[in-house]
Amino acid sequence: MPVKSSTQTGGYTPAGSAARAVYIVDGNRTPFLKARGKPGPFTATDLAVAAGRTLLVRQPFSPSAFDEIILGCIIPGPDEANISRIVALRLGCEEATPAFTVQRNCGTGMQALDTAAMHIATGRADLILAGGTESMSHSPLLLQKPMVATLGKFYRAKSPLGILRAAAGIRPRHLAPVISLLLGLTDVTTGLSMGQTAENLAYEFNISREQMDSYAIESNTRLAEAQDEGFLEEISPIFDAEGNYYDHDDGLRRDTNLDKLGTLRPVFDRPFGNITAGNSAQITDGAALVVLASEDAVKKYDLPILGKIIDCHWSALSPARMGLGPVHAMAALLHNQRLGTGDIDYWEINEAFAAQVLACLHAWSNGSFFTKELGFEAPFNPIPPDRLNVDGGAIAMGHPVGTSGARIVLHLLHVLKRNNAHRGVASQCIGGGQGGAMLIERGEELSHE
Amino acid sequence: MSKTTPYRHWALETDMDGYAWLTFDRADSETNTLSKEVLEELDSILDEIKASQPKGLVILSGKPQGFIAGADVNEFSLLENRDQAFELIRRGQGVMDKIEAAPYPTLCLIHGYCMGGGLELALACRYRIAMDDPRTRLGLPEVRLGIHPGFGGTVRLTRLLGPAAAMRMMLTGRAVNAFKARKLGLVDYIVPERLLKQSARSVIEAKPKPHRPGWAAKALNLPLVCNLAANSMRKTVARHASRKHYPAPWAMIELWENPTGNLKKQYEAEAHSVAELVVSPTSKNLVRAFFLQTRLKGLSKGTEFDARRVHVIGGGAMGGAIAAWCALQGMQVTVQARRLEQLAQVIVNARKLFDKRLKRPKLVRDAMDRLIPDQEGLGLSHADVVIEAIIEDAGAKKELLKTIEPQMRDTALLATNTSSIPLEELSTVLERPERLVGLHFFNPVSKMMLVEVVKGTETSEGVIADAMAFVGRIKKLPLPVQSAPGFLINRILLPYLLEAVLMVSEGIPAEAIDRVAVNFGMPIGPVELADMVGLDVCLSVGKVFASHLSHELPPGLEELVAKGHLGLKSGQGYYRYRKGKPIRSKQRKVGTISADIEGRLISRLLNEAVACLRTGIVADADLLDAGMIFGTGFAPFRGGPIRYALDENIETIETYLDELKEQYGDRFAPDPGWKDLSETL
Repeated sequence: MPVKSSTQTGGYTPAGSAARAVYIVDGNRTPFLKARGKPGPFTATDLAVAAGRTLLVRQPFSPSAFDEIILGCIIPGPDEANISRIVALRLGCEEATPAFTVQRNCGTGMQALDTAAMHIATGRADLILAGGTESMSHSPLLLQKPMVATLGKFYRAKSPLGILRAAAGIRPRHLAPVISLLLGLTDVTTGLSMGQTAENLAYEFNISREQMDSYAIESNTRLAEAQDEGFLEEISPIFDAEGNYYDHDDGLRRDTNLDKLGTLRPVFDRPFGNITAGNSAQITDGAALVVLASEDAVKKYDLPILGKIIDCHWSALSPARMGLGPVHAMAALLHNQRLGTGDIDYWEINEAFAAQVLACLHAWSNGSFFTKELGFEAPFNPIPPDRLNVDGGAIAMGHPVGTSGARIVLHLLHVLKRNNAHRGVASQCIGGGQGGAMLIERGEELSHE
Repeated sequence: MSKTTPYRHWALETDMDGYAWLTFDRADSETNTLSKEVLEELDSILDEIKASQPKGLVILSGKPQGFIAGADVNEFSLLENRDQAFELIRRGQGVMDKIEAAPYPTLCLIHGYCMGGGLELALACRYRIAMDDPRTRLGLPEVRLGIHPGFGGTVRLTRLLGPAAAMRMMLTGRAVNAFKARKLGLVDYIVPERLLKQSARSVIEAKPKPHRPGWAAKALNLPLVCNLAANSMRKTVARHASRKHYPAPWAMIELWENPTGNLKKQYEAEAHSVAELVVSPTSKNLVRAFFLQTRLKGLSKGTEFDARRVHVIGGGAMGGAIAAWCALQGMQVTVQARRLEQLAQVIVNARKLFDKRLKRPKLVRDAMDRLIPDQEGLGLSHADVVIEAIIEDAGAKKELLKTIEPQMRDTALLATNTSSIPLEELSTVLERPERLVGLHFFNPVSKMMLVEVVKGTETSEGVIADAMAFVGRIKKLPLPVQSAPGFLINRILLPYLLEAVLMVSEGIPAEAIDRVAVNFGMPIGPVELADMVGLDVCLSVGKVFASHLSHELPPGLEELVAKGHLGLKSGQGYYRYRKGKPIRSKQRKVGTISADIEGRLISRLLNEAVACLRTGIVADADLLDAGMIFGTGFAPFRGGPIRYALDENIETIETYLDELKEQYGDRFAPDPGWKDLSETL
């Protein structure tokens, strides 16, 4: 077994396994709304409720039929502890239905699906609502520690003099807020921001600024086409309280080109770096939910089938090169399933950074990388560009961190269906140095019939 | 614990610590009301308690729904004259005085409703504790029955809250929730249910000083300030209720402005004032309206039909408002419209309604969660009730009904909100025509209590019963009517509106016409109403009527619609509108023609009402009156059109109609129904 695996090996339905099949019945997501410098119109709970209620309204069973609700969210608000439970109750799921929230940084949305799939595979549950939600625009501003300490003194002060004395301790520099979102996007152990880890990969794999920008343009072009063709069936419109509606991913830059992207300044390695806002995923709000079912549940409620989750694999590597996580995870996944590049019809690799996706593609068919890093004898055949992220990705539509994993799995199912294809792999890199990959199959029939 | 239960309506227990717990649980009724018998029992209980010298007395209710709903209104109608009324009121006041004079602390534990005489009883106690719960409502709504508080409420509430807050509560008759009651000082504490009894003990133990208003609130009682304030109150009241038609609020201001000496005298003056009001025709008619409302509510109790999910098709003003209302009342609602803009508008309007009605952010959020925009109509196949509210076009409605019927659940109610198309025409496209029922809501949905439940010739009785249960479930008043053009309410209103519009075309100023109608007691003048309904709607309904009922369309209406002057919604109709309010010309004087204006307007309305009664569109005269009061706001103090006609004398009206016919034409010809009506007397 040459594959390094941090958690588990094997799949839910490998040959000879007693595990039960896991069906994806239906899924729905909100449009992804780009953060525009202030809290957006929806909290993470609001987004999940909006996506969930439309999804539930079209099910033949009532919300109380769920055995469990498992959502992922990385930056819940202070009033969103165990957000999954809040969403479940607001969706009208029964009070007796348990709910919990998972977190694996950028792998969160996929983790929710994987956990739900395992609960179904092992027979713990038959029907689960799973997915991810994130409102990055709502990530809180925090006070600096000296400011918190001063406020503590202030509240405890008993005399006017004490209050004055406490107030005198405040320094102008203490007033600057701490932006929790930036902290979240920084790897604590290495001190590198996510963008800097991507700069690392660009350097390692010799990826130019122009290649990154071209990739970004392609992502925008593909999403624009998908929107125009109506390929994004998994989106339902959402409505705010001010009379606005949102029916498409609004971060798309239709008019972008190499010249325009070329003018953008590097965001992470200033002033000489290559990663810009234009070739990175956007900061975005959005939720994606799916209904997972066992064969029993499919039969009981006569549910339509969108596809199956076959297997999922998680890998880990150096946090400084976290962008290569997909290569580690996908290699192990395909190896375990005895599959090669040609067996997979369509691919989704979450676009955290153009440089990071390009690095993955380089590594995927790079012999020395596979020998040295993974201990494989040979690399995989290259992934054809027209089979990867065919409708664009996070660079064009944004990357609500806790949601994207669920989004790419759901979207991949729609891509398979549209192209009458069979098998797909969805993968993502994970801040902190991990990768996750999920193998899915389309099919409208139960496996045993 | 010692227990003495020789009483029908009250249970008295004295516990080991010496607290007396007096539970009011009226026999033979789900609701606690203060009847003569109830008060007599309370009177003797108070004597009994006094003898036992308890540590304190706690009065509470044994009904799950609430504390006390008020005086027993049934007993009002038994009152024959002022003296009898005065006698009864004074007895009630005596009981309240006894509570107030008790040498031990007295305290009321209030949950649910605490209204009218119930609140007056609570006010006589030294302390009040209310349950912290959205269902807790406290108020003195007597003014809505044409009277004012009579068990010392006018005096005690003013003393407790100060005149401004007290008069506002009594003049509007509006109830307050627990939170507001605490803020006003109406209750001393609001506590969760789990602490109610414990808090009662603690308060009696601690004996805090009873609440009194601040000095600023009391300043209103200073002589000159008082007169100024009273005049300002009169001005406000005059905008809503004329002194002639609604004397009660005016009497209340009078009582406060000119107190008649010591407290004892003030209670006596209050009793005299109420005694006078309670036997007046206004109060009799308002009490009748109250009972009619109870009757309509009762109509919804026929079946076990328990709707939870509603699907509304149509994102226009009506569809959106119906959807929002149903969500407000706890239904899960999917609302279907073609365009997302429409759905966005539905949501923002609903939000405004929820903010206004529910106030608390949590409740608003829950209501918003229940209202689901549904462009694709996904909710259709789950819904218990499907309401069609698309454009008023028979072809479009038929096509829609045909499409949705096979997608609906077998047991689901299928309703149309048509205002003019006969059900028989729509149901031809259905596999099961007997399932189609009309649910005719009125605009604005959030304000109009009435919903006409329309029975087509094929509609089954079971469907009608379910429809009425649904209407009751969303806290509206169902009125069963037969399917006929305009059903009941619009059918009666339209001739009245058309006559008004005709008068405008004759050169009578719209302002004059509207003022006459408002003076008669209508909530809004007919010309303004026509503008509000929309002249295009008036025209299309008018045309339907013209073909069915031989009405003539008044000249000028079609021209206005052709020019795009559709009324309020287009900014111009018979009036021009600025910020949703009509611009009234002040120069146009009413002149000497006003007698005829009222005559022409009201006679046509009455004549049509009698025609509806004769043709059986509605089952009886009481239902007709109820429909007009709750569906159009027809002068409630006049008791509805038929009651008004009977009070005015039928022969006189017939003669008058004949005169009008001579002068203005055949549309005034007395309906044959007048004969039947006089025979039933």
